Amino acid sequence: MQASDRFNINSQLEHLQAKYVGTGHGDLSRFEWAVNIQRDSYASYIGHYPMLAYFGIAENESIGRERYNFMQKMLLPCGLPPDREDD
Amino acid sequence: MYLYSLTLQQATGIICAINGNFSGGKTQEIAVARGKILDLLRPDENGKIQTIHSVEVFGAIRSLAQFRLTGAQKDYIVVGSDSGRIVILEYNKEKNVFDKVHQETFGKSGCRRIVPGQYLAVDPKGRAVMVGACEKQKLVYVLNRDTAARLTISSPLEAHKSHTICYSVCGVDCGFDNPLFAAIELDYSEADQDPTGQAASEAQKHLTFYELDLGLNHVSRKWSEPVDNGANMLVTVPGGADGPSGVLVCAENFVIYKNQGHPDVRAVIPRRADLPAERGVLVVSAAMHKQKTMFFFLIQTEYGDVFKVTLDHDGDNVSELKIKYFDTIPVAASICVLKLGFLFAASEFGNHGLYQFQAIGEEPDVESSSSSLMETEEGFQPVFFQPRRLKNLVRIDQVESLMPLMDMKILNLFEEETPQIFSLCGRGPRSSLRILRPGLAVSEMADSALPGQPSAVWTVKKNVSDEFDAYIVVSFTNATLVLSIGETVEEVNDSGFLGTTPSLAVSLIGDDSLMQVHPNGIRHIREDGRINEWRTPGKRSIVKVGYNRLQVVIALSGGELIYFEADMSGQLMEVEKHEMSGDVACLDIAPVPEGRQRSRFLAVGSYDNTVRILSLDPDDCLQILSVQSVSSAPESLLFLEVQASIGGDDGADHPANLFLNSGLQNGVLFRTVVDMVTGQLSDSRSRFLGLKPPKLFSISVRGRSAMLCLSSRPWLGYIHQGHFLLTPLSYQTLEFAAPFSSDQCAEGVVSVAGDALRIFMIDRLGETFNETVVPLRYTPRKFVIHPKRKLLVIIESDQGAFTAEEREAARKECFAAGGVGENGNGGADQMENGADDKDKEDPLSDEQYGYPKAESEKWVSCIRVLDPKSAKTTCLLELQDNEAAYSVCTVNFHDKEYGTLLAVGTVKGMQFWPKKNLVAGFIHIYRFVEDGKSLELLHKTQVEGVPLALCQFQGRLLAGIGPILRLYDLGKKRLLRKCENKLFPNTIISIQTYRDRIYVGDIQESFHYCKYRRDENQLYIFADDCVPRWLTASHHVDFDTMAGADKFGNVYFVRLPQDVSEEIEEDPTGGKIKWEQGKLNGAPNKVDEIVQFHVGDVVTCLQKASMIPGGSESIMYGTVMGGIGALHAFTSRDDVDFFSHLEMHMRQEHPPLCGRDHMAYRSAYFPVKDVIDGDLCEQFPTLPMDMQRKIADELDRTPAEILKKLEDARNKII
Repeated sequence: MQASDRFNINSQLEHLQAKYVGTGHGDLSRFEWAVNIQRDSYASYIGHYPMLAYFGIAENESIGRERYNFMQKMLLPCGLPPDREDD
Repeated sequence: MYLYSLTLQQATGIICAINGNFSGGKTQEIAVARGKILDLLRPDENGKIQTIHSVEVFGAIRSLAQFRLTGAQKDYIVVGSDSGRIVILEYNKEKNVFDKVHQETFGKSGCRRIVPGQYLAVDPKGRAVMVGACEKQKLVYVLNRDTAARLTISSPLEAHKSHTICYSVCGVDCGFDNPLFAAIELDYSEADQDPTGQAASEAQKHLTFYELDLGLNHVSRKWSEPVDNGANMLVTVPGGADGPSGVLVCAENFVIYKNQGHPDVRAVIPRRADLPAERGVLVVSAAMHKQKTMFFFLIQTEYGDVFKVTLDHDGDNVSELKIKYFDTIPVAASICVLKLGFLFAASEFGNHGLYQFQAIGEEPDVESSSSSLMETEEGFQPVFFQPRRLKNLVRIDQVESLMPLMDMKILNLFEEETPQIFSLCGRGPRSSLRILRPGLAVSEMADSALPGQPSAVWTVKKNVSDEFDAYIVVSFTNATLVLSIGETVEEVNDSGFLGTTPSLAVSLIGDDSLMQVHPNGIRHIREDGRINEWRTPGKRSIVKVGYNRLQVVIALSGGELIYFEADMSGQLMEVEKHEMSGDVACLDIAPVPEGRQRSRFLAVGSYDNTVRILSLDPDDCLQILSVQSVSSAPESLLFLEVQASIGGDDGADHPANLFLNSGLQNGVLFRTVVDMVTGQLSDSRSRFLGLKPPKLFSISVRGRSAMLCLSSRPWLGYIHQGHFLLTPLSYQTLEFAAPFSSDQCAEGVVSVAGDALRIFMIDRLGETFNETVVPLRYTPRKFVIHPKRKLLVIIESDQGAFTAEEREAARKECFAAGGVGENGNGGADQMENGADDKDKEDPLSDEQYGYPKAESEKWVSCIRVLDPKSAKTTCLLELQDNEAAYSVCTVNFHDKEYGTLLAVGTVKGMQFWPKKNLVAGFIHIYRFVEDGKSLELLHKTQVEGVPLALCQFQGRLLAGIGPILRLYDLGKKRLLRKCENKLFPNTIISIQTYRDRIYVGDIQESFHYCKYRRDENQLYIFADDCVPRWLTASHHVDFDTMAGADKFGNVYFVRLPQDVSEEIEEDPTGGKIKWEQGKLNGAPNKVDEIVQFHVGDVVTCLQKASMIPGGSESIMYGTVMGGIGALHAFTSRDDVDFFSHLEMHMRQEHPPLCGRDHMAYRSAYFPVKDVIDGDLCEQFPTLPMDMQRKIADELDRTPAEILKKLEDARNKII
């Protein structure tokens, strides 16, 4: 990499995208965007214990079960991905 | 508007707990995280949990772990929080604080997906710590010691794997080989790309071992193997010389032993027989207990059942894994097994428990084993069991927890001096109504009637070195009664005290003689029984006495003071006389300082509204040193030495202050600092205590001197964790009190009131509220108060539970079946049933075992009318057919036919998942019958959505039904629709009204201000908020202002701008024309956000109330974690300036303990606006003295003035 490339906006973006999961880009599809949002939300619920408790009360489940359910939902938060158009 | 935010009761729920020797030595402590608070608890010798230290960290603690360096005696605490930093704390026993040993930044702050902090794992030998995130990132820090034996921490080593979700991490015990960490991981990269869903269905969780190569200083993935897809938790198995190493993988329904190069050993977790088939059994908490010769695990499932897991192993080879039913206790967030034979269970909801082990599950019980695991076509054969009463554990203490606080109302229903807080707490079978009163709880030990009305009481020891008191002396108007304290308390006549006269004071004098002061003289009773009597000159009588162990001052009628001192031989000698200008109202002598002959100060209160300090030194005896005028005649005086420091007992850097406390006739307590050298009075503060003049008594609390003030209610002034607190006691009015110490009760108080003698103890120091608990049936949702009859109407509902009748039937069936052997899993079990028939007859308490789980579409609910005074339920209506109550309000329809009616919004067959769905919604109208004690259904109106909000409005009923706001009138058979507005964005969850304005809260879009035009019969929105707020609580503050709280833990106020408000009120169309235009798909006007504050906990209820009689109101809030706080408006600009500067300095000089920036935390979602954090300001006294002085200098004040300001600010709220 040349020294000038480091300040190139695209290389900076690439760096961000590699470092921070969920950083968007121009070709981001609606589905990918939603998946990121959902995963971020679930991670936030898991991190904020009062929120987990709040969900636990609503669903009448133990907090441990709520946490597990949210972790499980991180696999496919928005259902199956749509068919690729270019396929 | 500027607000001062203060937490009145810290969160009581616990998110995680760890145990270890944090203070060094033999004692075991428990460190608990309560969201933003870190507490250190210790079970004392009586098995009561004591809080040793508590600190607010201004950040969300997510995980805790403890570790110990090899050969060390003390554990360190690692904190995983939302600060993006790893923090290692050490408890400093001398100063009683947590010292931050290390703080290393590794990422952004906040609870993010890929920023570590969610998981912590430590190497069992204390050589490394792993901190992990939900996804991708894991960092390993190497811990070591430098030459000075201080803990060092390396730079982080990365063990990242992208597109990987992490479920749990733990350390693997491999002796002194390279440290290993295990993690449950799931790779989602392929599932995200595959539209057919095949990859997703094949996604497999892996157990991965990470090895930290200490030589290469590098972390590598050592081993990865597929693991059961239900895996959710890892538990370390002892290794090295103690066990086979490896990990226990807790998965849904299974526990699996895994290790590298070892075949899986799997056993099923026994199921409750009544569990629906589709539900799994998930382990939510686990603890390992290791002794020299054996180890075992306790795991708790989501239903509360605790199992003992043991491994049969031969060296490193595990042959069998056994899971045996142990006991059932409420579901815990963490369980800790202490070495002393205690089990601490930090409950998810409701009170936490401390249990003692009676046995360790050696007796036969339902057991599943890896060797008897049967695989059939439908999967593994389950093992069933029936929960039974506690056999291995016995509960010895519980720590109150309000979590979750569902609703709260502050009212003075009992017509006491201060209002009570009625709060709905808990969940399911552990729900309760808790009535909180500000003040300390008191436990009464004795209450006995005396002949006549006693006027005063004292306790005396026979010798200064005695541990316990010998006599209780009670004075009546014309006699004195002496009771001796022994096994029992009984009257004696041989004490030497004069019984035929009232007494003014009774005390120990010198080392071993007793003194009785009566109106006509002083009676001095020597240890050998000789009696010296000093008589007053002439016809004058003694009116007041001040004394300590070596000095006595009496005031004669007319105002003459006579001063006596005990000499070396214990003889009382008259030293000096002094004529005061008028009668003396009260006297006190400061206690003799350690190692001195006498105390230097005498305080004299006179009826001319002054208090004078007189010297008792031989050089200037009875000379006036200083004078202070007070607002009313003093009634009682007391010197109290206050050592407000959290440091050790030496108090070297926090010198004690001597305070002169004066109880004035107008009910005010006046506290002034006395200069220890000159006797000058300065820095006074006053507080109104009650309607009666406070009488002050010195007592001892936790070995330190404290003050009891008896006004129309008793108060205790004492030092708690470095703060001087003046707190009311929840006890009746007392006349006179004295400290009491016997072998049953080390620090009690004996008191007189009316004709009774009462002995009581003060429990649980440091608490702001004490509570009275009324149990409820299901999770309480909301409640209202019948305005006239003062009755509470509570709605309760639970999803996935059986109704009371169904449960009763199932229980009978179960007990009937119990006799014929409830399951075929073990012959031993049947023997148990035969032997313990008595146990079977006792109904299992749901509180302990939880309600049996039903299918998720089942609902149970009830409406309860409760009389708070008698704590009796006068009416309980259980709703039928999966109907659940969601909202409630009282309503007076304008035709007044029925008077006050009750409206309850219910839903039938509510379903949240996979899609929100319902069969029907209803609004029930009930009539109060039998003086409001009972309910009678008038009619039931079906509605199309969930009626989440109801409110009375102009003699009609306003209902929020999904996104529709509708106005109903009362009909004969049903409610009649009058008017509606369907333009609300999502779901209406709150409605409040004032005059013709309606304030509607939307679940997701904050407040909407509406108006109703009667002539056109139209409801329309004229203003709304521009910020999307997920409302959880709302409160109407004034005509233009609403207070709200959102799901993310923020409290905010919005206000309609003054000009807009006026315009709308003046506009004949009420802004309707403008409304028709609209703005950005919303209302034409927008409200302004005027206050914003991040509480850090989901606020569930808001209310405007005043907790002190005659005080101004503040906004009180309750949170899911069981905390109660207040926001109080500042009244002067000076105070705002002062506190904002103090806050600024505190932020700079005293950054929060766990590494989160204070300002960033309070602005976590929206920038904090016009709120000063009182909790941070109140940490000022915990700073070192030089820092306090530095900050005080910057603020142009003295540290004492700042402390006074803080005290004043708190006293305005509670």
